[in-house]
Amino acid sequence: MKNKIILIKNGRVIDPANNIDEALDVLVEDGRVSKVAKNISSENKEIIDAQDKIVMPGLVDMHVHLREPGREDKETIASGTKAALKGGVTSVLAMPNTLPAIDCAENVSLLKSIIKNSADATVFIAGSITRERLGRELTDITKLKKEGVIAISDDGASVDSDDVMLEALKIAKEQNILVICHSEDKALSANGVVNLGLTSTRLGLRGISQESEYKRVARDIELAKKADAPLHIAHVSCKESVELIAQAKKMGIKVTGETAPHYFALSQEAVLGYDTNMKVNPPLRSKDDVTAIRQGLKNGVIDAIASDHAPHTGNEKDIEFEWAEFGAIGLETELAVAITELVESGLLDWSALTKKMALNPAKILGINKGTLSIGADADLIVVAAEKEWLVEKNSFISKSKNSAFLGRRLRGVVEYTICGGKIVYRT
Amino acid sequence: MNHELKIMAWARKDLLGLEDLSKEEIELILTTAESFKEVSTREIKKVPALRGKTVVNLFYEPSTRTRVSFEVAAKRLSADVINIAAQESSARKGETLIDTGRNIEALKADIIVVRHSASGAAAMLARNVSISVVNAGDGWHEHPTQALLDIFTLKEKLGRIAGLKVSIVGDIAHSRVARSNIWGLTKLGAEVTVCAPRMLIPPAIEQMGARITYDIDEALREADAVNVLRMQFERDEEAAFPEKLEYFKNFGITQERLKKAKKNIVVMHPGPINRGIEMSSEVADGLNSVILEQVTNGIAVRMAVLFLVAQARDEKQNNID
Repeated sequence: MKNKIILIKNGRVIDPANNIDEALDVLVEDGRVSKVAKNISSENKEIIDAQDKIVMPGLVDMHVHLREPGREDKETIASGTKAALKGGVTSVLAMPNTLPAIDCAENVSLLKSIIKNSADATVFIAGSITRERLGRELTDITKLKKEGVIAISDDGASVDSDDVMLEALKIAKEQNILVICHSEDKALSANGVVNLGLTSTRLGLRGISQESEYKRVARDIELAKKADAPLHIAHVSCKESVELIAQAKKMGIKVTGETAPHYFALSQEAVLGYDTNMKVNPPLRSKDDVTAIRQGLKNGVIDAIASDHAPHTGNEKDIEFEWAEFGAIGLETELAVAITELVESGLLDWSALTKKMALNPAKILGINKGTLSIGADADLIVVAAEKEWLVEKNSFISKSKNSAFLGRRLRGVVEYTICGGKIVYRT
Repeated sequence: MNHELKIMAWARKDLLGLEDLSKEEIELILTTAESFKEVSTREIKKVPALRGKTVVNLFYEPSTRTRVSFEVAAKRLSADVINIAAQESSARKGETLIDTGRNIEALKADIIVVRHSASGAAAMLARNVSISVVNAGDGWHEHPTQALLDIFTLKEKLGRIAGLKVSIVGDIAHSRVARSNIWGLTKLGAEVTVCAPRMLIPPAIEQMGARITYDIDEALREADAVNVLRMQFERDEEAAFPEKLEYFKNFGITQERLKKAKKNIVVMHPGPINRGIEMSSEVADGLNSVILEQVTNGIAVRMAVLFLVAQARDEKQNNID
């Protein structure tokens, strides 16, 4: 194995797990962080000069659609994890809405074999809550867990039945596995494609109300309380959801929340030109909602930032808006969007950002990632934080190009990604 | 009037909606239409303004009236006209709208007039071809030439737009005609009221500049004009659509209702009329009705639009050369 001993010199090391934010050297040996200190001797080591750079744990993205098996035309485990590494993401949680869905032990082992053969980053597996994600019959959660699944979600759909959802939460608690909710009441969002209100009226499109999200968030929290089980709310997009999560946390309910870069960086006005890359679910919301999401990140109500990386082919996006697929890719832009929108604006400092994108998601998922503690897996990135770049179609490694940030100038370039002690990406 | 100046003020290759246009641009279309209106009264109803140009009517929805109006307008400008009745296709079946547009462009056509059931279709097409695109109605979004001919007719009848009170009655939620009229009329300084059953008023319409009433008599009381929309009862996939007779009873325009309105109230309808549902036959054929004049004016307005977008594109190409 090459790159056995790597020394990252003089970077500004950010490691909130150990309250570190200072210029230090980081030594990586045998796939692990072996020393974090000043002036580590550089003999017989591969040196990375990180002067004026940020050195932080590799990002843990807990909401990624890798599309394999089944939709390899959109993304594969290979292409998706390569894209992840370019974006500074060393661990991903793969969502189960593949073809077939990850709803039984056989499909988990199929996925594991693909991961083993082709993943460049660490891929964790989410299984589905119900068979074929139809919301009716629970999967064998115990078996899924045994096969290595670390979370369950019907992502893309919400479990409509209170009974089924409650039962899932109870079993998940027993099995010590996390339930992740796509909170959307489809009876209320009925065929909508953009945020309900002035935007849907101006564009002449069907709307998706905030209510369709927050009413379901409220229900999911209620059920989590009943089951006394941990619950994670995916892609929080509106003010009321933030308020509900804040309340629940105050009451001691074990709820966590995540948002995606497009919900703190873009508002519904971005959809006004019918750009289908802005068509996401939940939809881009009002400026008030964006403000609430940003505040939620600042005051800790929203624990994590995840990309909701949702690759789609050109022919699924270059069509009439109402027929185009929902979703945008995000692995390669999430860090830069977060730096540009949250750190540069002073909303979050580097430690807080690292918590949202590495430490907290690792904690929520119960995985040993997101830190530079001695002995931890050597997943870390070196970031040129001030370097500006233009987001262009041909800049993406992902098989799909449906980014909501095309044409934007962002700050923050990942110069090195080290995963499991090996340099797996460099600019 | 200085013809040259007028042409220079119009720089858009496309007409996609009235929301995008400035007051001046709308006025420019209206004055250009005024000068074209006379052509249709000549013995030889033709001018050579678009001679050698090809206009393609690409219609994904059946529409006789708008299609024919555009065809007549293009022919009176001496353009060659091709009509395509196209089939809508989803992502995996048939040719995409963008591909169809690029094929038409490859035929060296100059203007595509497009009608489509999906909101935003005209904008998407315009982004993907370099030739001109004129929106002849996209989903619930906009139908700019209809609103322009409504405004043109109103101005002809009442001499002005600024300060007028105009009520739009009917299915506002699903109406591209309503949206284009609201944008156009408010930009020109009219006060717009929309009137419909609650479930047919879209959210936040006040923020587009319209006032709401659910009472037809109130909508008519002070109005200088009423624009009555066609009710499309085939929209049964939309929940809570009113029943026909019930609608006529509560919102239909009748002589009795007009008696309580201004004597010279102008009654408009984009057609085709459902007699006895949106309005009674007496009103449709009555003295206040300008419905057939709207049809005539539609030709002049569409001539103006085709002429202006073609000029803008020629101008751009000359600048590139």
